[in-house]
This record gives sequence, structure tokens and C-alpha cells, in this order.
Amino acid sequence: MEKFTTLTAIAAPLLMINVDTDAIIPSREMKKVSKTGLADGLFAAWRYTTPGGREENPDFVLNRGPYRQAKILLAGLNFGCGSSREHAAWALHEWGVRAILAPGFGNIFYGNCVRNGIVPVVIDNARVEAIAAQVERDPERNRVTVDLRQNLVTAPDGSTTTFALAPADREMLLEGLDAIAMTQKRDAEILAFQARDRERRPWIYP
Amino acid sequence: MGAQSLFEKVWNDHIVAAETSETPAVLYIDLHLTHEVTSPEAFNVLAARGLAVRRPDLTLATLDHSTPTVPVKTLKELDLLVESSAATQIRVMIENCAKLGIRLLGFDSDQRGIVHVIGPELGITQPGKTIVCGDSHTSTHGAFGALAFGIGTTEVAHVLASQCLLQRKPKTLAVNVQGRLQPGVTAKDVILAIIGRIGVGGGTGHVIEYRGSAISALSMDERMTVCNMSIEAGARAGMIAPDDTTIQYLSGRPLAPQGRDWESAVRRWRALPCDAGARFDREVDVDASVLAPMVTFGTNPGMVVPIDQPVPAGETASFAKSLAYMGVEAGKPMLGRPVDVVFIGSCTNSRLSDLRDAAQVFRGRKVSAGVRALVVPGSQAIKKQAEAEGLDQVFMAAGAEWRESGCSMCLGMNGDTVGRGQLCVSTSNRNFEGRQGVGARTVLASPLTAAASAVAGRVADPRQYLRG
Ligand code: SF4
Repeated sequence: MEKFTTLTAIAAPLLMINVDTDAIIPSREMKKVSKTGLADGLFAAWRYTTPGGREENPDFVLNRGPYRQAKILLAGLNFGCGSSREHAAWALHEWGVRAILAPGFGNIFYGNCVRNGIVPVVIDNARVEAIAAQVERDPERNRVTVDLRQNLVTAPDGSTTTFALAPADREMLLEGLDAIAMTQKRDAEILAFQARDRERRPWIYP
Repeated sequence: MGAQSLFEKVWNDHIVAAETSETPAVLYIDLHLTHEVTSPEAFNVLAARGLAVRRPDLTLATLDHSTPTVPVKTLKELDLLVESSAATQIRVMIENCAKLGIRLLGFDSDQRGIVHVIGPELGITQPGKTIVCGDSHTSTHGAFGALAFGIGTTEVAHVLASQCLLQRKPKTLAVNVQGRLQPGVTAKDVILAIIGRIGVGGGTGHVIEYRGSAISALSMDERMTVCNMSIEAGARAGMIAPDDTTIQYLSGRPLAPQGRDWESAVRRWRALPCDAGARFDREVDVDASVLAPMVTFGTNPGMVVPIDQPVPAGETASFAKSLAYMGVEAGKPMLGRPVDVVFIGSCTNSRLSDLRDAAQVFRGRKVSAGVRALVVPGSQAIKKQAEAEGLDQVFMAAGAEWRESGCSMCLGMNGDTVGRGQLCVSTSNRNFEGRQGVGARTVLASPLTAAASAVAGRVADPRQYLRG
């Protein structure tokens, strides 16, 4: 996975609450057997004028001028709730999103972001809205910075906000680590657990 | 160790390595369920690294999400029945399972069905287990006192490779439901009322334990309906303590422990319920005796009202957008709104008791002209049982369609979809924009309410359709 240290980029406001992963990528856009080729289906129901079509809806934020190059999303409460589909994180990543600022995320989506090099930044709603207001005045110039080394978001006006991220998640993003490789190193512990557990609960092991 | 909750007991039993301030816990997984939509990339990851599946014996696969709900006699037919992309997912799943030694309940199996319906039915869902699946409604299995939650595809690969997951310990939320349900009010109405109460983000970061007299009185089918929708409140998982009802349900199921194992398993399960004095991070109380049948009016399951009450007014732009999408006005009830489609199915409400509920309303009545009603059993086994009871005849005589098992119109991936602007009263779990089809308007409700609405041609109060 690519490493994330710091990013200064155009930020796109999408401040609705409870944006679910069905909205991020509808199921009809995910009949793939790999994680590539999904960016096209990102926000399909909002981004295009007709279902399954590809004619852009000019009102949708990601179709508007500088926001096409956005790498940061400014989102509302409970972003990414609903379905576990990792396709949502894959589609966002492939489209170019590397960080999402929101007052809260759906749990499964949050983890999917971390595992795909997207930084989920939790900051309060008033702050997200304030940043969005600054961005909207001139999205091209009023860029937002997410600095993962310092856990710091810098708004276009230079004001800063710190955010928290669990140490292991932060390290995974900073170092581009891979959880599977990390867990493989713990083979001995897993084997020992299985041996103990088989004594306690033999019926679990067919 | 002090008094522990059900969740804490199951959690502690599966710790391979404890969590620290720096690192999450390594949690052992007892059962990994998979299906064709969220697993292909996980198999790609294993293949790219040359990894084997660590415990194919603890992994069980089925075909449900993009499968047709008409009979598939030969795989060759698939392309005719579903889009070729869906057929490819199905074929890839069959190939991967064969190659990696994973048991697949495919088209040739009479045990096939929706992943969250078949686990319990086979008896492989058991109290005290950790159960995961690349699907958020894995919370269903919590009805047995298992810790069961949905995971992303990278995590699916992680479990395939290691039989473990890296997890932070969630917080706990007790939802205490007391009192007796009134006639016509079901488990679906209870969980919709709970979600309405705590909100779609209200359970985020928590594992819910449902407790109280109203919960203990529920059958296993009903408990599954409740736990199924825990994710719609944002919760990681939902759990219900195992009791006689649970043990009776599991006894004699094909994949339940047998003989001496059964005895020791039951002894262990009996010790799982929450200790007196165990603490929860939060508690919510609900009075079941005052609940009415519930229906959603917006585009998330928290936007829900008693069927005879007016749609409330909201202040946010999101709320207004939601009502506009649904074509609904604040101040008016959902009751009486014309209905185009009725869907009875999904992992929330497709079990035998749900079908019996629906049949009770349909018996001797007709689906209203112009309404399409689709009844999709949760598994092939349920289909068979329902047919043995003659329920299929009741549905067909009423003018409803009776199908093979699968997710079907719950997510509209297999071609069963709701048209743009059409209103669908659905027993599924998500009324998200576009979930059942582009521009489709979903009203979530119980099987009783759905069947009553099919007959009335309008959103209808099931209490007027009950017999005797
Ligand atoms: S029935 Fe619906 S919610 Fe349940 S597993 Fe299938 S798609 Fe998911």
C-alpha cells in the first residue's frame, strides 16, 4: 500500500449526513471480480443524469471545475454507513480521494479506508462546515492540508485542528503497512491458541 | 475478573493476543461465511501472495447476492438468467472454492440460501462463536449469543489467510425491551422502533445486547430479525443471550455439535449470559407493549414512524432531500399511500415464520390489481418447508410470485429490481436511495404489513387484516 504522510489538495464538500456505501457505489456498479475499474461507478446515482448512463450531472460537486481534482472529501456525520462493501473505498481511492474529513464514519467503512490508504479524519461538524465555507470561496486556491505525521488538519485560512487516529491505524497509513503480512508473523501465537482452544471447545473444530 | 457481559465473555474467549494502547487485539474467528460478491478480490490477494486458506474447514461459502431467483439447472444457463458480470462472479466463486477446498453450498445443494439464513439453519451458527462475513448483516448470527460482524474484503483475505482479525474492543450498549407485543406488532417493528429511537449512527462503535422480557419471549426467527438490523443503528454487532429457546433450536441440526460434544457445548453456552452486575457503556429502555406496526418514510432506517402517525418534519437539508426522493410530505401518514411493489424476503424476514405471517394475510385474498408482489424464501430448505405447508399455493393463489432463495430485491443485483419512482413495501433492511433499483422508493416494514399492503394496494395497517 502507498504511504501517506502529508497532503495539500483541493477539498470537495459533500456535507449530507448518513451518506451510505450504497450511495458511494451502487450494487449495480460493482459486478466486478477485482478492485479496479470501480471509479466510474463512484456516486453513480448522483454523478450521472441517467441510471447506468455516463452523462454527467453538472450539479454534482465532483463534476464541478476544480473539484474534479479533489483529493480530500469534506463529509457529514456517519459517512460510509451501511453495507460493508469495500468497493466504496476502492472506488474513492481509484477516483483520487486520499483523505476524508467528517464528524463520524460508519465503522466498517472506516476500517476499509485505513486498509486502502485513505485517511479517515474525525473532526467536529462545525469545523468541517467552516473549512467547507472557506473552500467554496475559491476551491482551486483554498486548499486543505492533512498532515498525518502531526495529526493536524490545516484549513485554507491557516487555522489548525488536531485529530486522533488509533496508533496502529496511523502507522499502517504512514508506513503503507499490510495487516495480512503483519499477522502472518504471529503464526506461533495463532497455533498456540488453536491448540489450547481445541481442548476447551473441540466441537468448533470439525 | 469482575462481572462480565455476554459480549465480554465471547470476546475474551477469542483473544490470541491482547490489545495494547499501540496495537489492536488479534481475535480468533470460529466461522467465516463467504458469498460471491465480496470475496473475489480477497481470493485475488491470496493468489497474488501464494497463500493458502488457513482453515478451509472453518469457512463456508454460498451463492446468494447476485444469483437468479429462478431455478438454475445448469451453469450454462446462467448468462441467460443474469447479466454476464453477475454470472462471472458466480463462476469465479465456484472455481475458487473448488481450488481452495472450501465447502460451497451452490446450485446443486438443497442447503443453499442467503448466507445469514443458512448458518443458523444448518446449526453451524452457535452461541459463543466469533462469526464474520463480508456482509454487514452478519450481525444476524448474534441472535444465538455469537459475536458476529461484517467485514470488508481486505479483512476477508485476512481471515482466509490467518483465521484471525485485528480488532479494537468495541463499547457495549444494552437495549432493554420489556413488556408484551400487541397483536400485529412483530420483531421487525421492535427493531425499527429501536433504530428510530437511537438513530442510524446511535450504535456506532458499540456492540448491542438486546435484553428484557420482550426479547426472551421471541422465537429464534424473531431474534434474528432483531439482531439482523443492528448494523442499521450503526452497531458493530447485536447479541442476545442464549437460553432454552436457542438450545432447542440448535438441537439436532446437521452442523450442531453431536453426542458428548453437544453436552459440553451446552454446558459452556449456559454460562454465557451476562453476569449480574455487569456494566454497559450505555443503556436504553424500550417499552414493547406500546409499540405499533412501524414503517419507514425516508431513505435510512432511522426515518421511521408508527404506521398511523404522520411523517415528522425535519430541519436539515438531508432530511428534506430524503422526503423529496420518497415523494413524501411531512404531516401526512404513510398509511394509504399507493404501492407498486411488495417484496417479502431478505435475511431480515425470509424465514418460515415470516412466510407464515405473510400467508396468514394472503390466504383467501388477492394482491391488488397493478401491484407486483414477490415472495423470496431465505433458503432452499425454507422453500421446501413452505411448500410442504402449502404456503406457496397461498401466495400464488393470491397472485404473488414465489421464487428460489436469494437476496433478490433486497439489493437488486440479480435483476429483481424496483422501477424508478415506484413505491415498494419491503421486508428487507435498507431503504437507501437506489438500493432496490434506480429511483426506487423503499418503505421498510414487517411481513404482516407488507402482505396487508399488497392486498390493499396501499400502505396498510396489518391489524385490520388479522384473523382470529
Ligand atoms: S438479503 Fe440483503 S441484506 Fe441480507 S445478505 Fe442479502 S443483500 Fe445483504
